[in-house]
Amino acid sequence: MMDLTVNGAVARVDVDPATPLLYVLRDDLGLHGAKFGCGLGQCGACTVLVDDRPVFSCLLPVGAVGARSVTTVEGLGTATAPGDLQRAFLHEQAAQCGYCIPGMIARAEGLLRKTTTPTEDEMRAAMAPSLCRCGTHMRILRAVRRAAAMRGGGVIDSAEPVT
Amino acid sequence: MSAHASRRDVLGGLIVAFSLAPAALAQTGGGEGSGGPPTVAPDLPGTLAKFPDLDAWIRIAPDGRVTVFTGKVELGTGVKTAMAQLAADELDVALDRIDLITADTALTPNEGVTAGSQTLEQSGTAIANAAANVRLLLAETAAKQWGVAATTLFTRDGAVLDGQGRRASYADLAASTSLAVRARADVPRKPPDARRLIGRSVPRVDLPAKLTGLASYVQDMCLPGMVHARVLRGPGSGTRLAPDLAALRRQPGVGSVVQVGQFAAIVGPREWPLEQALRVANRGRWEREAALPALPALPDGLLGMRRESKVIDTRRDEPGAQGVRQLTARYDRPYLMHGAIGPSCAVALFDEGRLTVWTHSQGVEPLRQAIAELLAMPAERIRCVHREGAGCYGHNGADDVAGDVALIARGMPGVPVRLQWSREQEHGWEPLGPAMLAQLDAALDASGRIVDWRHQVWSNTHSTRPVAAGDLLAGGEMVPAFAPTPPKPIPQPNGGGDRNAIPLYRFPNQTVVSHFLPDMPVRVSALRGLGAHLNIFALESFMDELAAAAGRDPVAFRLAHLDDPRAAAVIRRAADRFGWAKYRAGPNCGRGFAFARYKNHGAYCAVALDVERIPDEGRLIVHRAVAAVDSGEAVNPDGIRNQVEGGIVQSLSWTAFEGAGHEGARRTDYDWSTYPILRFADAPRTVSVEVVDRPGKPFLGTGECAQGPTAAALANALAAATGKRSRSMPLGRHGPKLDE
Amino acid sequence: MRTGLKRAITALVVVVGVCVVVFAVIAYRPAIAEVARPDPHAFDAGLVQRGANLARLGNCVSCHQAAAGRPYAGGYPVKTPFGTVFGSNITPDAATGIGGWSPAAFRRAMREGVGRDGSHLYPAFPYTHYVSVTDRDLDAIYAFLMTRPAVRAVPPSNTMIPPLGFRPLLAGWKLLFLRPKPIATDPRQSAEWNRGRYIGETLAHCTACHSPRGLLQQEKRGAQTYDGGWSGGWYAPPINARSPAVRAWTADRLETYLRTGLSRDHAAAAGPMGPVTYNLARAAPADVRALATYYAWQMRDAPAARREPALPDRRSFATQRHLDGARLYEGACAVCHEPGAGMMVAGRPALPLGTPLHEDNPRDTIQVILKGVRPPVSARGPFMPAYGDALDDRQVAEIVAYLKMRHGTGPAWKAIKKDVAAARKEGE
Repeated sequence: MMDLTVNGAVARVDVDPATPLLYVLRDDLGLHGAKFGCGLGQCGACTVLVDDRPVFSCLLPVGAVGARSVTTVEGLGTATAPGDLQRAFLHEQAAQCGYCIPGMIARAEGLLRKTTTPTEDEMRAAMAPSLCRCGTHMRILRAVRRAAAMRGGGVIDSAEPVT
Repeated sequence: MSAHASRRDVLGGLIVAFSLAPAALAQTGGGEGSGGPPTVAPDLPGTLAKFPDLDAWIRIAPDGRVTVFTGKVELGTGVKTAMAQLAADELDVALDRIDLITADTALTPNEGVTAGSQTLEQSGTAIANAAANVRLLLAETAAKQWGVAATTLFTRDGAVLDGQGRRASYADLAASTSLAVRARADVPRKPPDARRLIGRSVPRVDLPAKLTGLASYVQDMCLPGMVHARVLRGPGSGTRLAPDLAALRRQPGVGSVVQVGQFAAIVGPREWPLEQALRVANRGRWEREAALPALPALPDGLLGMRRESKVIDTRRDEPGAQGVRQLTARYDRPYLMHGAIGPSCAVALFDEGRLTVWTHSQGVEPLRQAIAELLAMPAERIRCVHREGAGCYGHNGADDVAGDVALIARGMPGVPVRLQWSREQEHGWEPLGPAMLAQLDAALDASGRIVDWRHQVWSNTHSTRPVAAGDLLAGGEMVPAFAPTPPKPIPQPNGGGDRNAIPLYRFPNQTVVSHFLPDMPVRVSALRGLGAHLNIFALESFMDELAAAAGRDPVAFRLAHLDDPRAAAVIRRAADRFGWAKYRAGPNCGRGFAFARYKNHGAYCAVALDVERIPDEGRLIVHRAVAAVDSGEAVNPDGIRNQVEGGIVQSLSWTAFEGAGHEGARRTDYDWSTYPILRFADAPRTVSVEVVDRPGKPFLGTGECAQGPTAAALANALAAATGKRSRSMPLGRHGPKLDE
Repeated sequence: MRTGLKRAITALVVVVGVCVVVFAVIAYRPAIAEVARPDPHAFDAGLVQRGANLARLGNCVSCHQAAAGRPYAGGYPVKTPFGTVFGSNITPDAATGIGGWSPAAFRRAMREGVGRDGSHLYPAFPYTHYVSVTDRDLDAIYAFLMTRPAVRAVPPSNTMIPPLGFRPLLAGWKLLFLRPKPIATDPRQSAEWNRGRYIGETLAHCTACHSPRGLLQQEKRGAQTYDGGWSGGWYAPPINARSPAVRAWTADRLETYLRTGLSRDHAAAAGPMGPVTYNLARAAPADVRALATYYAWQMRDAPAARREPALPDRRSFATQRHLDGARLYEGACAVCHEPGAGMMVAGRPALPLGTPLHEDNPRDTIQVILKGVRPPVSARGPFMPAYGDALDDRQVAEIVAYLKMRHGTGPAWKAIKKDVAAARKEGE
């Protein structure tokens, strides 16, 4: 039995502590944002924030979370009241199949919590652990740049300034 | 759309009865867009020709909500939104009053497979015209009730008005309007100036849910009492696992083991213990399948394979034309993965003798037939419902996993089962896009004009989409095994390996030959674009080589050989926006251009790239990508841009980096580290897409139009940047040779 | 008495003064006149190609390229106990690179560690190795560098602890430690061995990571050569008779490892060794073979060369002693590293084969967990995600302790958690 702080609320779960956090989020807590993509830490579809840092929830045993706070895409906003980063993604229509996007949003949130003024290369390097197969990269980057500007910063040295 | 499907039909109490044409089996063999039932009303546009009754497409509920049915599916291309726009505009209802139901064998017209970029052409056209018909019928009902001529009435926001105060809502009128009537071919669509939504970049209706984590995919489905399953297979196509099932039964978390013939799966209440058990199972011995043909040494090995050759196009308008300069070149590409980010998944429930399968298959109707045969069940007792998966880009593991879960569910009546493949299984078992080789030969006359052209292409089939049990992996694991459907070429004008092998250019003399290779040492099927990726790579690379031989600018050279004004317009627009005329190459930089009309009857797309090849690293930077696209009437311009941007980036990944590895006939790629795809650092610095809107013109398939031109534009740009031309994909494999 | 004291002080002042003068004379290096940037087309293509090979063997680009920068344009931070030195721009840019350097200036830099303007260069640039590179090879490297794209880039300024920012002090360091040492051919060994020794001791400068260093950061010589060292927070294990590897490093295995970044009998190249193999992958195969031959010889008396021990799996014991570590491993690591995992089915080496668990300190095991293993962007190769953000120091230490107990050999590791914190800090 363990307590988890997810999106600001404490949830009690009774699972094998070795269970990766991803399955607990999806199957025990009904939070379907984080997705199973590979289970190997190679694609980022499972990305969530743990104490502001993006992590692969497929490789983080739930017993290791402890008192740290977990933030999933559901914790950043809702369909009727999306958060600013989600609004930026919606503004840019930054999705095709959309499967990778919750992981992208979580990873972008982690970047922006660290800095709202990354260089273009730093932003790309920060997002690199997350894969997109549909080729939505340009829009995802535009959304991150937009969100950085919304938070009072801005991405430096980009070939696509926010319009 | 809620993923929590109830076991009753989704319309609640509304009784649905359809006048579907008699269930003819889907076309057999290589019909990539296996078209479904036959045409019964050839005068009607789109799929109305096969399902001419309006209530197959549109229903109006007592509360005025409009349900629109489509036999196509949302794969991430945004067609759900586009079709809702079409219906909403033609009907004059608000977008949020529309509920779009996508492919469901119990509810929607059988539109075959969602493939080949035909959704708006077939289904969108049908829906737009059906909606126009319905709006007219409702107006006629009101006209009768009010004793006026229908032409004096107009519609707005879900109601018919006479302009003098009388108003009747669709909800009221629907009660006395039968939609079980045949559509009329002559009902006009809304003129362009009356459209509110069509032609506007309406935001996608499905994104708010997806971006905020609401259950949206088949992977997210959670039914009461649902159990989880994992299938046991060898590491990849061509192998067979011999699992120790008794030991697996004893693994914690394994509730039961399913075995049917050589098909085996483990089932349990939670996923993680099953993953652990799957790992234990994979320690088991596996062996190679016996009778696989040897893999040819690519690419030239394709030439030695058994083939069925066919001249698919020939012209001899100037038999006396004198060529003074001959060129020949060969181009090739390796096997490519679909590589969906989310491994294939399906959910099934067998209850009271009826089976429901929730699947992200692109073709629920043929899948239903295949499962019926696999389970020896009547198809009428099987319902396949589409739920979105991750982007599939063609025939990946979606159908196989549906077959797998159907087998498991059938043995557990009353219990919903969710089966998901592992990443390794997806990499190991999904059908690959075929390796291909094209040989181009051409002759230039003294004025630098192409006077003779020959294009030959060698390829396996580009469709083994299931139509029968033997086309599903599970079918091959039954004892005795079901035999796979023999592969057949997909005929022109769509084509398979020969898709886009016929040039759109006007050459006085040409021959196009398709060499169909029926033997498949590697499991292959449709990958987005089918043969167009390699054929346009070849054709448009060759055009550049010919332009150079003729001493002409590549863009001007193309324009000189075209007589299609829309093609010319798209080429000029892209070149102009790119700044082609005033481009000055920096060190190690180069520009490249390419154009194609997808299938020669889909969307027109021209792509220009500015790339840099960094010496010593072999790294490729795409500084700029500029494209122009003509999709006919643009229902959702931003949706078009999204598809073309995505197609450009996806094709850059395929063309520059990818190639599936084999050792003998066994795959060596089992995850993203062994089959790397483009990551953010390699994405272009900027991409811009111009949409050339043609209101009133037919919709043209767009989802696959950018892959071919991007591949060739990249080859052309790299040739300009490095002074050396590469004709073999992948173009940018890491680890440059010593002299770079 | 006072006269004696006065005389002593005078003598001292004179001696010091003489020393300062002598030192100034020794430390002084004249500037070599700037030249016009050589025409890239004037160099013989064969010479350039030879130079390209040598540059890859020397792994030059690893220190002379920043993360998001262009090859050879500098900017990579080399952390030393005395501060951080940034690799310089060695593209032929006239203003910010070495475009104005004559061949003589280049040779002096490589052999004597002196810049064109006469300033001494920090031995983070391993001229103690390059001093023995032949003239012909230096010319080839010069030709190669002068034919690269010129990049205008100014690396960040070094941040040396004062007074070490005063470069002439380096003359003193060189007096002590820079010894021109020609690499003579050993006629008892094969041509391949000799070639390997030449490359390894000069251009590839393997001792720079694989040898311990003294107080002044000089590489220790003699009996301690190749006894193991440190680079960028990672431990470079001994590559001599004290190699802790549990499988022999034969020439074949070493060649495969150096050329592909993976040995099926050991592990993937990780940390700073990754880029080394990436460059060797593109070097002349015969030269990499030569390196492998030489270093296999260096390790010919290592324990594993004589006998490859059985590798017991003390799973239950390790689980009992480190239950937390076992659970963490099960959820975070087993999916790739346990039999039945995709990569294991495909033939990747099992964990116990890798050297880290057999080294005398836990640093490499810790670093691999914190940082993962990454091939160059978009390239195929062994890949492991980084766990630095997912796991805290205690958790990493627990996994490390579990693994050591389950698979490791050699002396026990103490204070692992402290080392995790140190590894994080050094990696910043």
